[in-house]
Amino acid sequence: MERQDYERLRWRCIRRALLELDITLTRFLDDGFDQLTEDEQAAFVDLVALEDHDLWYLISGKEECNEDEARFVPVVEKLRKCSVRLAN
Amino acid sequence: MSIPVLKFDAVIVGAGGAGLRSAIQLSEAGLKTAVLSKVFPTRSHTVAAQGGVAASLGNSEEDHWTWHMYDTVKGSDWLGDQDAIEFMCKKANEVVVELEHYGMPFDRTDDGKIYQRPFGGHMSNFGEKPVRRSCAAADRTGHAMLHAMYQRNVKANTQFFVEWMALDLIRDEEGHVLGVTAMEMETGQVVIFHSRATIFATGGAGRIFYSSTNAFINTGDGLGMAARAGIPLEDMEFWQFHPTGVAGAGVLITEGVRGEGGILRNSSKERFMERYAPNAKDLASRDVVSRAMATEIKEGRGCGVNKDYVLLDITHLDPATIMKRLPGIHEIGLQFAGVDCLKEPLPVVPTCHYQMGGIPTHYSGRVVMPQGGDMNAVVPGFYAGGECACASVHGANRLGTNSLLDLLVFGKSAGDSAVEDLKAGRAHRALPKDAAEKSLARISAIDNRKGGANVHETRLAMQRTMQDHAGVFRFGDMLKQGVEKILEVEKAARELEIKDKSMAWNTARTEALEMENLIEVAKATMMSAEARKESRGAHVRDDAPDTAEFPNGRNDKEWLKHTLFSPVDNSISYKPVNMQPLTVEPVALKTRSY
Repeated sequence: MERQDYERLRWRCIRRALLELDITLTRFLDDGFDQLTEDEQAAFVDLVALEDHDLWYLISGKEECNEDEARFVPVVEKLRKCSVRLAN
Repeated sequence: MSIPVLKFDAVIVGAGGAGLRSAIQLSEAGLKTAVLSKVFPTRSHTVAAQGGVAASLGNSEEDHWTWHMYDTVKGSDWLGDQDAIEFMCKKANEVVVELEHYGMPFDRTDDGKIYQRPFGGHMSNFGEKPVRRSCAAADRTGHAMLHAMYQRNVKANTQFFVEWMALDLIRDEEGHVLGVTAMEMETGQVVIFHSRATIFATGGAGRIFYSSTNAFINTGDGLGMAARAGIPLEDMEFWQFHPTGVAGAGVLITEGVRGEGGILRNSSKERFMERYAPNAKDLASRDVVSRAMATEIKEGRGCGVNKDYVLLDITHLDPATIMKRLPGIHEIGLQFAGVDCLKEPLPVVPTCHYQMGGIPTHYSGRVVMPQGGDMNAVVPGFYAGGECACASVHGANRLGTNSLLDLLVFGKSAGDSAVEDLKAGRAHRALPKDAAEKSLARISAIDNRKGGANVHETRLAMQRTMQDHAGVFRFGDMLKQGVEKILEVEKAARELEIKDKSMAWNTARTEALEMENLIEVAKATMMSAEARKESRGAHVRDDAPDTAEFPNGRNDKEWLKHTLFSPVDNSISYKPVNMQPLTVEPVALKTRSY
């Protein structure tokens, strides 16, 4: 991904309406995004364009991807696994 | 350097609830209106508001705006201005019905009226019993509100500048506000927005604290800009906290966890609430629990390397009960604490939620400040509404569901006042020659500095200082040390350095600019809190305890007044609380108890 495209994506991940997404997406960019395939990276860009509540419900497992969102499934799975442990 | 100038009748900074509401007034009046936002409007933090919006519609049972006013004055611990509170409560029905007409999908009663539910602190008949006053759209009230208002703005031809960051307020020698400088993130280009009216609706600055429920976007940009332009900040010592946010993350853990049998423990695994509230224990009121937690941490019985949190233990509860009664808590533990709460206790800490103070405004939305003996002289051309402003309706503590009402009422009144002033003939005034120089110099300094302070480390130092020294329960000695410490952090914040020098999409630069705003708010908060030697509402001091002479530690003889922190020389002055409503009898002072 070109630097500018990545930085634009980064901004759209680290400044969300919901704190839960700020934390989860920042963490994923630092520790997970690089390991996505090109197709998955493209899917991630579209995924984070979802409304905040819709995106959070997918990541937190409250909702599942619908038929039209099948290409989001592998990325959502990876986001769900990207949990944090306190440094202390 | 030649800086492009874009001319508008009005420029609004911030596209959350207050910004969108004021933009509707201006655009529908036919004025050329620009709205600047760091993010797409429907991604503003208003989206996170779930509780609803208060209005005494009386759809479910008898209600009256005077009852709502009484609750709000009492909630504010009598620090709210009663003229502004009357204005807000009286206007509530109007702004909610307008929103309904914009297409807001409120929950409905069977007969089609807006459904209303009860909410803490809202009572009927001057504090008698709970009343159903909150209007909501499922658990997405803020979200639905933003969508309805955004669409209304699109229809009215409001011009949006998305992913733009406002940098500085432009004032001329006579103090008039002439617009803002702003940076387009995609190009790094700085532009002057030259306007006849400038409205700030930039939200709160909850990110000054280490533990905050606020999204990362709440960096107090409007307050920082106002402070740099010499405008004082009002009542910044008053911040609302929740007792249990996940330590290190801020994500809220519902109080229902304690209701289901959750126990708070310190580093020795002691159930410390038994000492503070022998009967109610972990089910004591929010302020008692928060205070006990803060005391345990202050006295060295916190957990972790920094001893800065306590534990919320539910491992003794039946896992099936936890999963059934507390849905989401297991996921929150895993996601944000890295803890399986069925097996290990959750790290929790009192967490900042809402900023009661802000840019001083009249209830008309016009910004006011002391000038020539007048404590409330209007700053011509400048308006503010929502969490960044202090009207002051929340006083020392905000009532739930009054925040969405605030942004609707004062967003609208700021818009109306701007329309009124422009129609009365307020013209574009000549821009000073150096209108953009301050902003360009700040950016250049950040870009070119070598050996400066790291943005992330400086922000962390500020957040830890604020959390430790000006948190939910405050101690005189800690506040004094806090002032010294925050002034040290300020020095670092004035010397920030970034590694990325790119023009386009330089998020490091944007975060550095946000840090320069945050530190203004942090400093105002710490110094205002240190100076106020009483307890009132959300500002609770260990050295101002509950006594017969001063119930709840509140001292009306000396402290029934608003703080004004002047960023120019770090000085503090005070102005009286307006105890005179517009048309009704004042709500007389009494001890606040529920």
